[in-house]
Amino acid sequence: MKKIKKIKIRLNGKFKFVKNDTNLSDLLKTLKIPLKKVAIEFNQEILDKKKLNKQILKNNDKIEIVHFIGGG
Amino acid sequence: MEAVSLKKDKFVIAGRNFKSRLIVGTGKYKSMSQCAKAVKLSGASIVTVAVRRVNITDKKKALLMDYIDPKKITYLPNTAGCFNSKDALRTLRLAREIGGWKLVKLEVLGDKKNLFPEMIETLKSTEVLSREGFKVMVYCNDDPLMAKRLENAGACAIMPLAAPIGSGLGIQNQTNIKIIRKQTKLPLIIDAGLGQASDATIAMELGCDGVLVNTAIAKATKPFDMALAFKNAVIAGRQSYLSGRIQKNLMGSASSPSRGII
Repeated sequence: MKKIKKIKIRLNGKFKFVKNDTNLSDLLKTLKIPLKKVAIEFNQEILDKKKLNKQILKNNDKIEIVHFIGGG
Repeated sequence: MEAVSLKKDKFVIAGRNFKSRLIVGTGKYKSMSQCAKAVKLSGASIVTVAVRRVNITDKKKALLMDYIDPKKITYLPNTAGCFNSKDALRTLRLAREIGGWKLVKLEVLGDKKNLFPEMIETLKSTEVLSREGFKVMVYCNDDPLMAKRLENAGACAIMPLAAPIGSGLGIQNQTNIKIIRKQTKLPLIIDAGLGQASDATIAMELGCDGVLVNTAIAKATKPFDMALAFKNAVIAGRQSYLSGRIQKNLMGSASSPSRGII
């Protein structure tokens, strides 16, 4: 049986293993992230939310997903 | 009945008209529902919000947008917690990406204990953000010279502190606030350090266009009542300012006529 290769990414500061060839859109769907309410930074650059499915994840990619919370 | 002067009195920031001159923060509340109710009672048209990481592990965690509808109340993204220009710019660019927010509050702090603004970094950030098309409301010291520089750098509102953030000390330097008022036509909003409703009235009577309050409401023993108190205090202060106060006199002046005294 062929072993599924996994890659290591850093998501909101924490390491996470995902399947090789996963794209960002799939990842966000699995995490049930409400896209309209967040912004995404991919390797320190802001990512256009329309292009998520084109972004295939590689080893050591850094992803930040942020939203609004209460603040002064 | 609404006073005649208040009917025509517009509160405009970056070309947008806002109904209430009270801006409230959404931090430090016990719960989202408590926050939402206090915001409603305050009558605020603008609330400040922070940009933070989404909680990936707890998907059921309540979202601010589920409690305060950004279509009904203007979200003002804030850079609270940023101690340099780089972080502040990163935060506000992300905030814009969430939903096209261009009206933002810039706050770059310089000291973790007193939370005073780091004005060199603040000025640099104001220049960059204005060039990028942001409408920047700037938290700053109560320093007229720095306020002028921020205005020249493209700020759309000047937001001097009353006292350190969360201190509740009230306006410490009324003279400086009056000088800033005299020199600028930009919206002047007292941000940080208010402790009770009367502090907001004083700010408005000094001629400020608005006040921003968070801790004084959120941490009051009765936040809902305090929210209402601040709402009324801001209206009272504005009305008083527009009504033209009497001159101060050293000696007394009797209110009843002396003619016809028995």
